[in-house]
Amino acid sequence: MNHNHPVFTDNDPQSELVTLNLGPTHPATHGVFQNVLQLDGERIVSGVSTIGYIHRAFEKIAEHRPFYQITPLTDRLNYCSSPINNMGWHMTVEKLLNIQMPKRVDYLRVIVMELSRIADHIICNTIIGQDTGATTTFLYLFQFREHIYEIFEEVCGARLTTNIGRIGGFERDFNDIAFAKIDKFLKEFPKALKEFENLLTRNRIFIDRTAGVAEVTKETALEYSWTGPLLRATGVDYDVRVSDPYSSYQDFDFEVPVGTSGDIYDRYLVRNEEMWQSVRIIEQALVKLKTEPKGIFHADVPEFYLPPKQEVYNNMEALIYHFKIVMGEIDAPKAEVYHAVEGGNGELGFYLINDGGRTPYRLHFRRPSFINYQMFAPMSEGMLLSDAIINMSSMNIIAGELDA
Amino acid sequence: MEETTLNNDIHVKLTEKFGEKVTAVSEPYGLLTFVTYKDVIINVLSHLKEDLKFNFLTDITAVHYPGKDHGIAVVYHLHNMVEKVRIRIKVFISEQNPTIPTATTVWKGANWMERETYDLFGVKFEGHPDLRRILNMDDLGVHPMLKQYPLEDPNRVDKKDEFFGR
Repeated sequence: MNHNHPVFTDNDPQSELVTLNLGPTHPATHGVFQNVLQLDGERIVSGVSTIGYIHRAFEKIAEHRPFYQITPLTDRLNYCSSPINNMGWHMTVEKLLNIQMPKRVDYLRVIVMELSRIADHIICNTIIGQDTGATTTFLYLFQFREHIYEIFEEVCGARLTTNIGRIGGFERDFNDIAFAKIDKFLKEFPKALKEFENLLTRNRIFIDRTAGVAEVTKETALEYSWTGPLLRATGVDYDVRVSDPYSSYQDFDFEVPVGTSGDIYDRYLVRNEEMWQSVRIIEQALVKLKTEPKGIFHADVPEFYLPPKQEVYNNMEALIYHFKIVMGEIDAPKAEVYHAVEGGNGELGFYLINDGGRTPYRLHFRRPSFINYQMFAPMSEGMLLSDAIINMSSMNIIAGELDA
Repeated sequence: MEETTLNNDIHVKLTEKFGEKVTAVSEPYGLLTFVTYKDVIINVLSHLKEDLKFNFLTDITAVHYPGKDHGIAVVYHLHNMVEKVRIRIKVFISEQNPTIPTATTVWKGANWMERETYDLFGVKFEGHPDLRRILNMDDLGVHPMLKQYPLEDPNRVDKKDEFFGR
């Protein structure tokens, strides 16, 4: 059967299927997604996803940019949690160069990454609320994303596409205002999250809309290479932070929440619990930071870490290193490396091949949204249209990451 | 240390089963990497999945090495979530006739990964249920990640490597 054309079962007008173009710019899909659906009444008979509307050829561009210029490209993958992408890329290059990071930098990174995980999950969960008809939850919790962005602004100067940090650490230390804002966030956010949960978790309407909808078994999820909260909601306790720790995640005490049925309600619960765990991790990181020597915010690797501008203008070595890094003349081993981090949506992998040139020979992003989304159309078959909409919200597909 | 013994075990088991079809074994950054051939790739993948517990397909992609006999490498990343081991498999295929059997028979999730690889590199996955372009428009005509297609104006000289002593 050709899914692109309407299918007529027989001549009876009652049994005629309706073709619905859901997207590319549909207000209910929160992004540029096109799905051509065949509807029998309100039930979806079949669907075809078309993606690529914001494909920007990042993998091709990356083959023509020195390492430090690729960080801004990663910003624009999952733009709801850019810092995780940035750090993932930095850690990939550091793995290639065999750079050991000081513990303090690791902890600072953990703080930033967990904050962006919270921001990412806030978006997804509040939007499930919004799509099931609870606008309050959306407006209420969403202001905390704003507070997180203020922290990012204090750390790196940018809010959404952060370009945070450098290969080898951060470009500057966290200032006192940043720490004050983190403390304020940690004080206020748990209260708001608790209230958010009170609004939705035991809400009869919300449960009716989400529980038992779009159930996925473990086996199917693994078969389709799902990762992240979606996989964990089906009951598989796979989290890159635990199974393959990076940035000193092994020093932290946190739990990996898992669901049982993989339905939308379980995904919501898993994401909520992950926000609580992220808060725990940030609190532990702040305690650990107190025991670390102050003022260290990058590794001592002058040949790979961009020097501060003042030194570039006044110091010969710094000028040389600056020039070499900017021109892509750093001495990186000819090797290939795969590094994965736990992004907001799942395993975000970087496969980097370096042949000794000024730019990567090949860089491939393993983008969780892309791989998770391929199940959307087959899953939707037999589902109500309104359920498919919240199913898409709960998968947290970010168009930038989907299309790269 | 522990990882190395595990990797050795896997290497031994694979060599027992596939003999000389498993070549160029290396361990860059602790990740077991080997090269195999397209006539056995599906057997290798299903053996890894069924018998060696590599139940998870992390990624499929390709790399273009122009000017070689077999200039396109299809790269598979698998993951054994129970023992926390990853593995990388490469198959080199010819640029003129870039075909390889599809892995969708082993993992359904390979579907879009292979479509992306087809779109960007022109690798034809034989037996794939729906091998169409996925990111680019259908009438693009080229497979843009191949190295012969320049990103920018190829006449620009200010970015040529020979001007930087390479």
